[in-house]
Amino acid sequence: MSEIPEHCPGVTSDTAGKASACAGCPNQTVCSSGEAKKPDPGIGLVRDRLSQVRNKILILSGKGGVGKSTVTALLSRFVARSNPEKNVAVLDIDICGPSQPRVLGVLGEQVHQSGSGWSPVYVEDNLSVMSIGFLLGSPDDAVIWRGPKKNGMIRQFLSEVDWGSLDYLFIDTPPGTSDEHLSAVTYLSEADLTGAILVTTPQEVALLDVRKEIDFCFKVKIKVLGVVENMSTFVCPTCRKSSEIFPASTGGARRMCEELGVPFLGGLPLDPALAKCCDDGEDFLAVLEGSRVVDDLKDVVTGVLKCCK
Amino acid sequence: MLDNIKHIILVLSGKGGVGKSTVSTQLSLALREGGYKVGLLDIDLCGPSVPYLLQLEGKDVHQSEAGWIPIYLDKEQQLAVMSIGFLLNNRNSSVVWRGPKKTSMVKQFLTDVCWGDLDYLIIDTPPGTSDEHITVMENLKEIKCDGAVIVTTPQQVSIEDVRKEITFCKKTGIAIIGLVENMSGFVCPHCSDCTNIFSKGGGESLAEILKIPLLGTLPIDPKVGQLLGKCCTKEYPDSPLSKEFQSIVNKIVEI
Repeated sequence: MSEIPEHCPGVTSDTAGKASACAGCPNQTVCSSGEAKKPDPGIGLVRDRLSQVRNKILILSGKGGVGKSTVTALLSRFVARSNPEKNVAVLDIDICGPSQPRVLGVLGEQVHQSGSGWSPVYVEDNLSVMSIGFLLGSPDDAVIWRGPKKNGMIRQFLSEVDWGSLDYLFIDTPPGTSDEHLSAVTYLSEADLTGAILVTTPQEVALLDVRKEIDFCFKVKIKVLGVVENMSTFVCPTCRKSSEIFPASTGGARRMCEELGVPFLGGLPLDPALAKCCDDGEDFLAVLEGSRVVDDLKDVVTGVLKCCK
Repeated sequence: MLDNIKHIILVLSGKGGVGKSTVSTQLSLALREGGYKVGLLDIDLCGPSVPYLLQLEGKDVHQSEAGWIPIYLDKEQQLAVMSIGFLLNNRNSSVVWRGPKKTSMVKQFLTDVCWGDLDYLIIDTPPGTSDEHITVMENLKEIKCDGAVIVTTPQQVSIEDVRKEITFCKKTGIAIIGLVENMSGFVCPHCSDCTNIFSKGGGESLAEILKIPLLGTLPIDPKVGQLLGKCCTKEYPDSPLSKEFQSIVNKIVEI
């Protein structure tokens, strides 16, 4: 797969196998026969595997480091804790920088393979997680993969994990609008994806990339459930006064949502205790009970669950 | 195209949102203040931040016989910039490309831009260890690259991804110039107490474990995000951040 020609027209295009760039490509015969144009068999496998999953939600952001993984963990912990009868799972498709094992406190756990597929790692009785982080031997291991290999991994994650029956599957993604996102969206195209939650921080340099991500959602026809603004304000633990660390010079997420016509789900404050919980993998809901983060999170969760079955 | 460039420096981080683009732009501006001729190449194709951070959004790249002419920040043409942001006609549109297309774009950026004579070329990268990074590494094999400046924040969750990036550098033979710890502490403007929002000391301990130089630790300063094309060491020469940043720049220049 590493031999893809530079100007590959794409396997689904009309000129697949017939363009000048195709000369010499090992896949030329397959492409020109039209075989490659048929839908990926993975789509059917994913649909079947996820037929027992009621709600599938992508957590996206064009920008890195805005809190996609934190928000994913907060949402899943919150939903799992407040609905003990519901089953919740997190799938981390950030292949190069998986954060879920640490944030959910299951670093160093192993994934087991059984006849029915990979068994996810359980954080709570009703909260399981799957990430490439569980498959790496050491924390220094780098996954230096080009797109097609990442694509194969995501296909396996979506079609071969034995989740059992789930009420909510939250899919945490890397930043950008590239292979991982396209793969996830393609494989989930027949699996009845509920929609996407976008995470941002208030400053323009983050919003700039998040607008691109919303544009991506429009292009590939994913429903935008709403935008969460993370790190909205910072409350000094000494004097309790608020400051803006990432100033919303262009009106923040709320204004962007108005401009683009997508729902605004709410903001979460920047709390050093939350950052510490993420590093230590502690359950923030227990540690931060009664804090503003948890109060604000309630509003966000309410907004998300309204869009779910 | 890169023959007349004296130094090439990559700015890398496994993690997103740690300040790669801020460090890249401020480093370029500070080098320009130091009298050097500088080029800044942004190879983050899905989330280019450099045009905004330098207030160059909406500028058009022109093609000449020799190749693409970069955008100059100043009349004196001391700082040249190239980014995919200049090739998009709408700042909201997304670049939805898979690896091979990204690879060929990065290749073009490396081979088709007319930089002219430069003292420094700073290359700002996206997070991760995938197509863009592999392509840059492969293409810089034949040309001397001084090495990589790695940016992190102090949290473990960021350090974890940065360790992977360092492994990538080691595996692919990219020299590591050093580590910059960004967003180290925040001094409350109301009570002047310093809070370590994203924990503390992560960069220092990482540098120690992996035996790489720590170039410096930058505090959080909301003013920096709003500099937009201005150089921190010139605008706020007395702020703790600017002093630390200048010392980082000096260390890089010495190499």
